[in-house]
Amino acid sequence: MSSDECLHDTRAEARRVLGICNACGYCNGFCDLFEASKRRPAATAVDLEHLAHLCHGCRNCLYACQYAPPHAFGVNVPKTLARMRQRSYVERLWPGTWSGWLAAAFRHGVLTASLVSVGAIGLLLWLVWMSVPSEVLFSAHSGVQSGTGAFYRILPWWGMVLIGFLPLGWAMLSIGLSLRRYWRAIAPPGSVSWRALGSALHDVVVMRNLRGGGPGCNDLDDRASHLRRRLHQTLLVGLLLSFAATLAATFQHHVLGWQAPYPLLSAPVLLGTCGGLAMTCAVVGLARLKRREDRSPTDAEARSLDLAFLGLLFLVAVTGLVLLALRATPAMGVLLAVHLGTVLAFFLLLPYSKFVHAGYRLLSLLAEALERAGRQQV
Amino acid sequence: MGAPGATAAAGHDLPEQPDVLVVGGGTAALCAAIAARRGGAGVLLLEQAPRWLRGGNTRHSRNLRIRHEVPTPLSPGCYDRDEFCADLQRATGGSADAALARLLVEHSARSTDWLAAAGVQFQPVASGVLPRSRKTAFLLGGGTAMLNRLYAAAEALGVDIRYSCGVTDLKLERGRLAWVDCASASASTSTSTSTRASERTRLRPRAVVVCCGGAQANRAWLRSRWGDAADGFINRGTPHATGEVLHCLLRDGVRAAGDPDGAYLVAVDARSPADDGGIVTRVRCMPAGIVVDGTGRRIHDEGGDTASTRYALWGRRLADCPGQIAHVILDGQGLRGAPPSLYPPLLADDVDALAAALSIPRAALEKTLAEYNAAVRPPAAGDEDVAGWHTEGLTPPKSRHALPLTEPPFGAYPMRPGITFTYHGVAVDADTRVRLEDGGVVENLFAAGMIMAPNLMPRGYLSGLAMSIGVVFGRLAGEEAARHVVG
Repeated sequence: MSSDECLHDTRAEARRVLGICNACGYCNGFCDLFEASKRRPAATAVDLEHLAHLCHGCRNCLYACQYAPPHAFGVNVPKTLARMRQRSYVERLWPGTWSGWLAAAFRHGVLTASLVSVGAIGLLLWLVWMSVPSEVLFSAHSGVQSGTGAFYRILPWWGMVLIGFLPLGWAMLSIGLSLRRYWRAIAPPGSVSWRALGSALHDVVVMRNLRGGGPGCNDLDDRASHLRRRLHQTLLVGLLLSFAATLAATFQHHVLGWQAPYPLLSAPVLLGTCGGLAMTCAVVGLARLKRREDRSPTDAEARSLDLAFLGLLFLVAVTGLVLLALRATPAMGVLLAVHLGTVLAFFLLLPYSKFVHAGYRLLSLLAEALERAGRQQV
Repeated sequence: MGAPGATAAAGHDLPEQPDVLVVGGGTAALCAAIAARRGGAGVLLLEQAPRWLRGGNTRHSRNLRIRHEVPTPLSPGCYDRDEFCADLQRATGGSADAALARLLVEHSARSTDWLAAAGVQFQPVASGVLPRSRKTAFLLGGGTAMLNRLYAAAEALGVDIRYSCGVTDLKLERGRLAWVDCASASASTSTSTSTRASERTRLRPRAVVVCCGGAQANRAWLRSRWGDAADGFINRGTPHATGEVLHCLLRDGVRAAGDPDGAYLVAVDARSPADDGGIVTRVRCMPAGIVVDGTGRRIHDEGGDTASTRYALWGRRLADCPGQIAHVILDGQGLRGAPPSLYPPLLADDVDALAAALSIPRAALEKTLAEYNAAVRPPAAGDEDVAGWHTEGLTPPKSRHALPLTEPPFGAYPMRPGITFTYHGVAVDADTRVRLEDGGVVENLFAAGMIMAPNLMPRGYLSGLAMSIGVVFGRLAGEEAARHVVG
């Protein structure tokens, strides 16, 4: 089946399923999706895309559904919309030139992440192996390994910048332009108000749509819990702390002229340690949920993409923590190369990973917030 | 779907003499099982449906009618004893059993708290997306979500739950229920109601609570009362409401309650599956168009009744139509305003093509539409309300909402009567003990839910009433059964 036909089938199924939801309406207390769907009876391709990104995949509506498979109506909203999201990630990808090829990255998330990670780590190890004399690389002399500028004796500063900022810059450009295309398609008329933006951000921070209307969500099966919401936010905080650590390090390097590695009680190390620990715990928790969860509400490709992203985050966080713990030992050089390799893989894959869901979801929440404000004015 | 908890699907190792046997798996059954277990009795619950289809018609429900003397987060305003009683007597034409009605109204006020304590979630009015309802409380996610919580609560309490296990026979002797035969259906995903007895087990429970509903899914039963018309019915709910237990009880001398010929019928889309289509099969847009039968003639005033009771009125009318089918016909304007529907309307650019699509004689449909359009009149001067449009000199009239049907495309929803429940059940006393034809009661047999609802509701219906009956009398029956056993 060609990808166009596939997209067509996915849309047709989403239209059918949400049509039944519109006629039923029992789930409208769980999240914003169902009322938003009712307001879009035409269910255009863009409507369906917006609704898919609005869905947080919490599964409550599946377990509450009188029409869930094996019922003749076979209503499975989380799975149907997870598929729609997958298609949307590919369809909106910038540049579109290779999107057919890159779609494979979205389709086979775990495989892609594994290959790219192994490749990037290998590349870094090879670079370090080739460029650093082994007496420096494996030196047990603490002055060499932990003193000021020790990291840069393994990989020069400009090398790190090349590995970090080039792929990251490309990723941000690609994701930004993809999101711009999406926003142009779904944006309600009128300008974006600060109030609506605040409302959308609030929805992100408390994950209002992942509360199941209060009692929580069906993380594993038909019992309600708040675990996934809490783990997700822990992961988000961990990611932000790690980002803050990078900013702090950049500031110390450029403005203060201090060279890494930094002492244990410095801002970059404290922020990075907390961020790494938070990320590791959250990733392990989320992966455990994924392993134990009922698979019927999820799409296999979406699940693979989720696991791949969790895997990448885990590698980045754990190698960072190990590097911190062992930076004064002869293993530092190799660990640094491995850690930078995982960071490189993470950055390279950003536009083709689950990371992109954040932007799409925020924009869909923003569109809803703007519409909400519009309705209140009327 | 994942199946937490150890719940054997088949009838293996059934305890031969359970303290309390609960027959059924819907609201009343679970409330009875939980109440009996809390009352200190061991409880075995037999649900005829497989796990995925557990819960009877509770799966398709959404709200409960509750008495509340002050505004609550779940229902605005207040709904006191007198008003609830008055509504019940009005809806049933004064035929509700007065003592049971008082019990229902009294205890309904505590049912939401009781359910919440068992883990059931409600949707507050503050969610802002509920239909306004002063008299009912809405379940968050509907009846299926509630069932998940109640099954989990029952499992946690140690209720022994068996799916795909139905009662095939039972014996009443000297004012006691002596034994119950049950059998487990083999295929767990089959919606077939035939109890191909893979293993038949005879149980001698100390007390039994029957909560297994009516017989609306039993085609042979329906045919015996409605004749060939029964073939034109669509069963909106569970295919497992086949009435075996009701049949056995009436055979063994239990007093009947309600109307053996009665059925609650609503208008549903004729394209719906034969069973279990639930809430979304309803057709609601009659006031926006005209309703014609298979001969192309109108049946009744489509604009006269726009309250929610119109669904049931149309169900009865459809049952009287030739072939039990009729079509609501809308024009372009009506189609734009039609509520979301399970199936899209059949569309045609002109009346000719629509008649062909519906297999209605072309000339007859054209004549009906022409006569209708010629008879419509705008509201009196100064009245802006489109509801004021009406017909003059037309039989039957369309008294309100009679806008001309002229704008293409034309669309139609074919409709059939959708059976929701039957009005035939077993009589019970105020302890929910099942009463005998000769005046006594069966000392160890209790009934709750739709199998005894005809005591309160021999005809008519109020939204949320069936659920309230299930909760209130399920609890009561469970408590009484436990008391009977434990002492």
